[in-house]
Amino acid sequence: MTNEVLPKQPTYYEEVQRKGYSRRDFVRFVSMMTAFIGLEQSAIGQVTTALETKPRLPVIWLHFQECTCCSESFIRSSHPIVADILLDKISLDYTETLMAASGFQAEEALHNTMTKYKGQYILCVEGSVPLAADGVYCMIGGKTSLQILEEAAEGAAAVIAWGSCASNGCVQSAKPNPTKATPIHKIIKNKPIIKVPGCPPIGEVMAGVIVHYLTFGRIPELDKLGRPKAFYSKRVHDTCYRRPFYDAGLFVESFDDANAKKGYCLYKVGCKGPSTYNACGVMKWNNGTSFPIQSGHPCIGCSEENFWDNGRFYERGSSFAGFGIEADADTFGKVALGITGAALVGHAVATNIGKSKFIKEHQQEGRESEHELKS
Amino acid sequence: MANKYLHIHRLRRVYVWELPVRFYHWLNAGVILVLIITGFFISNPLALMSNAEATNQYTMGWVRYIHFIAAYLFFFNFLFRIYWGFVGNKYANWRQFIPVSKRFFKEMWTVFKIDILMLKKNGQQQDHLSVGHNAMAGFIYFLTFIVFLIQCLTGFGLYASMSDWWLPKMFAWFPAMLGGDIVTRQIHHWAMWFFILFAVVHVYLVFYHDYVEGRGEISSMGGGWKFIEEDVFEKNKHMTPNPEKNK
Repeated sequence: MTNEVLPKQPTYYEEVQRKGYSRRDFVRFVSMMTAFIGLEQSAIGQVTTALETKPRLPVIWLHFQECTCCSESFIRSSHPIVADILLDKISLDYTETLMAASGFQAEEALHNTMTKYKGQYILCVEGSVPLAADGVYCMIGGKTSLQILEEAAEGAAAVIAWGSCASNGCVQSAKPNPTKATPIHKIIKNKPIIKVPGCPPIGEVMAGVIVHYLTFGRIPELDKLGRPKAFYSKRVHDTCYRRPFYDAGLFVESFDDANAKKGYCLYKVGCKGPSTYNACGVMKWNNGTSFPIQSGHPCIGCSEENFWDNGRFYERGSSFAGFGIEADADTFGKVALGITGAALVGHAVATNIGKSKFIKEHQQEGRESEHELKS
Repeated sequence: MANKYLHIHRLRRVYVWELPVRFYHWLNAGVILVLIITGFFISNPLALMSNAEATNQYTMGWVRYIHFIAAYLFFFNFLFRIYWGFVGNKYANWRQFIPVSKRFFKEMWTVFKIDILMLKKNGQQQDHLSVGHNAMAGFIYFLTFIVFLIQCLTGFGLYASMSDWWLPKMFAWFPAMLGGDIVTRQIHHWAMWFFILFAVVHVYLVFYHDYVEGRGEISSMGGGWKFIEEDVFEKNKHMTPNPEKNK
């Protein structure tokens, strides 16, 4: 990042001080973020220096087809500085939900940021982009979301796709996807895109991605699906505190049984933890209070692509498309097995009729040989 | 003396299934059985409702462990079979499985007419006699190989994130391509049903051929021998796709 060319901006540390936080608060925040983004303790100094010396990052935060749960999650991340500094300061440039300005002023702020910090700002996108009917399903200020996105992405240094909507399309892209809700990576091809899926993603994860970019001036290491490895390389299952019950074979059979009370594994009531890559089991939610599995509800796999169409939330097996809501793979398999069995019985009968000559000949031949040996 | 209307066959012993092929077959059968049983257990574990502490048990862990060991055996056995398709005898050759020649399709159609539709020719029952696999069987085995491949890709793809070894990690691209572990897991489960249906039909047809043809079809996977009528032997040499003749 070439921060020198930016107009004079206060650094993060200056902002922290202005807000009335002590040095201790600041260092605590830095230590926490360093741990979250998966760095060694020795990197705390590097992160501290970055936040002390680098001016705040210009960020444009766009909202399209979404429910704002990502923003809600973000402003609830465990340390107040996350919300106060990162979000409050960085995103005030333009974010429909939290900015003070509205109407013409807001559009002007967006335009200013885009021209002033061309090639330097981070574009955060919350929500998917509808492509059906020329994009009329989501319009802001007379422009379709596609136009806005393409315009804003033009001068962005990187694009962060917040949440499952921007990463995968989420529920509005469920079949038959009437608005043709499309995730960002299918529209913007020439910019680095960081996917931060989840419905919503964890606040600390979101903050961690920004702090990483700020500290190192480049996007974090991504996995094959474009998600930051620091947060999405492990399955919820691998970090779940109920995992020992899974390995032991102790499961909740229904939500009101004794096993549920004992806190056994929720695998059999549909937990998608074994198929879901996220950091819920480690970071948890709402200041580390809890996460769905801890509160007794199976993981629904909200950070996985297509989780909305991939079958039922309370069963492991998914429905079998085209064979009714209740038909799963095993029902289908059993029916196929029955049909196969019936066909084989039919074939066996037909064989005894159709091949009677051969069978008879062989039997005669066999008997004859037996007879000859006897005599 | 023999009945004068009865044709007594002279049978010729043919070594059809070499030892590695037989070994592959039975290891594959055993391993698939283990994989199906453990796979069903993993997808829907039994309600143990035990009062024992989790510390004293590792039920699911063991079942999964067995599944993964069987998966490795299955995988390497599969690789070995592909290798043997290039170095084994003509009955094990890859040409027996992949329909590349016109004769292959023609034979498949013949098998379909004789063994499935049981059509008669000139009012006579027809006896189709191939020495190794008939073309239809060969093609079905080719399909099973494709399902083997799907199971390896989905299975090791799911396993990749639990492993530190480079081999399973090489499969990580597959779930990523399909769009996540949930759908990969479903495909893995659906494809498992193919093995069950295949096994049922396969065992039935082995009995069928043994019963109708009387040439030791069932025991051939034990000792490797099939017993072919002398007159058919000569004729049949030209009927099955014969890689040695193409050389």
